[in-house]
Amino acid sequence: MNKFDSDQTDRRGFLKCMTWAGTGLVWTVAGGVPLSLGLEAAAAGGGGAPFSFVQISDSHIGFAKPYNPDARTTYREAVAKIAAMPKKPDFIIHTGDVSQLSQDSQFDDADQIIRESGLTVFHVPGEHDVLDEGNGKAFLDRYGKGSKGGGWHSFDHAGVHFIALVNVLNLKAGGMGDLGPEQLAWLKDDLSARGSSTPIVVFTHIPLWAVYPDWGWGTDDAGQALTMLRRFGSVTVLNGHIHQVQQKVEGHVAFYTARSTAFPQASPGAPGQTPGPFAVPADKLGTYLGVREISFVARNHPLPVVDQTLAA
Amino acid sequence: MRSLRLAAGAATASMTLLFAVGVAIAAPTASVVIDNFSYSPMVLTVAAGSTVTWTNRDDIPHTVRAIDGSFHSPPLDTDDHYSFTFAKPGVYSYFCSIHPKMVAKVIVKAA
Repeated sequence: MNKFDSDQTDRRGFLKCMTWAGTGLVWTVAGGVPLSLGLEAAAAGGGGAPFSFVQISDSHIGFAKPYNPDARTTYREAVAKIAAMPKKPDFIIHTGDVSQLSQDSQFDDADQIIRESGLTVFHVPGEHDVLDEGNGKAFLDRYGKGSKGGGWHSFDHAGVHFIALVNVLNLKAGGMGDLGPEQLAWLKDDLSARGSSTPIVVFTHIPLWAVYPDWGWGTDDAGQALTMLRRFGSVTVLNGHIHQVQQKVEGHVAFYTARSTAFPQASPGAPGQTPGPFAVPADKLGTYLGVREISFVARNHPLPVVDQTLAA
Repeated sequence: MRSLRLAAGAATASMTLLFAVGVAIAAPTASVVIDNFSYSPMVLTVAAGSTVTWTNRDDIPHTVRAIDGSFHSPPLDTDDHYSFTFAKPGVYSYFCSIHPKMVAKVIVKAA
């Protein structure tokens, strides 16, 4: 399979090549041009960050297929990576698909494992987390304290405004991810009191940019949310869902999709592939899975984002 | 199951055979397979009263949800089944509520 053709994101094929090889990268953005640095260089220059947090995604606890016989094992490895980070992150955000089938036992297992990090975790649901009879009630009962509607919420940390959006509910036939008018109205209200110089971090499950619409890798009404975010000087959008690192910059908005801790998926639109699990040799699985560390260097400054594979 | 019933019918009196055929007409069945993120066949035509069974052959869960809300399955993991009996003629479009790009329909004709 050639990973360097087939869609618009592959203009940055050289970057993807590095990420698929499992190299830890720091992403910075200067004048809209993404630059990458090796992990060691990042470690040398990263001492001044006032705080960092970690993104973890698509743990799919309950997944047990030949691609990965037990997603709990790799989740535990990922959490161990976080616990071993030299600079302790302030918290974790989980960008959805905690479970495979929204079962209580799967959420229980996931909670038990991530508790080993000793860190607070903020959640948004993935489509796999809202499969219960109550369309996400099980998830909300567990993780939705203080949230609105289907689980959206926001909070502030060290001058940065974090917004958790839910785009996996009430999906429409033939469509992609969906935020819905109620959530968009809430977002407008949430942003109205914020000055444009407030750094914003948005996290959600399905990408807010159209990574590959034919596979449903996008959000139908994301444009409305992005219009509201356009006036802000620094917007970082983090998501999961597609189980691989992809990134894109539009004006002041930087989009990053994260690896899964459970199984990889094919590159967007890869010939003969589907958006299902992607088989890799068992001894290479760790190079396709991972976690992400995001550091804040200064207000209104592009955020260094470090993707770390389980094998690194 | 069905072939057993027919074999039993053939081995007994013609009245019984007629009865067995009558049962088969009254309760026809059809199948849809979910594979590679699509329903096959994408358009299925059946007679009213038919029971359609969907089977998920993918490595990822899917659902079967009518756009008009008339039926919806629980999440179907690999090899799980879901059946629904279509009593009334009509066109029933449905999709996977987890992967909504997956759409298909059942056309139900008067029996």
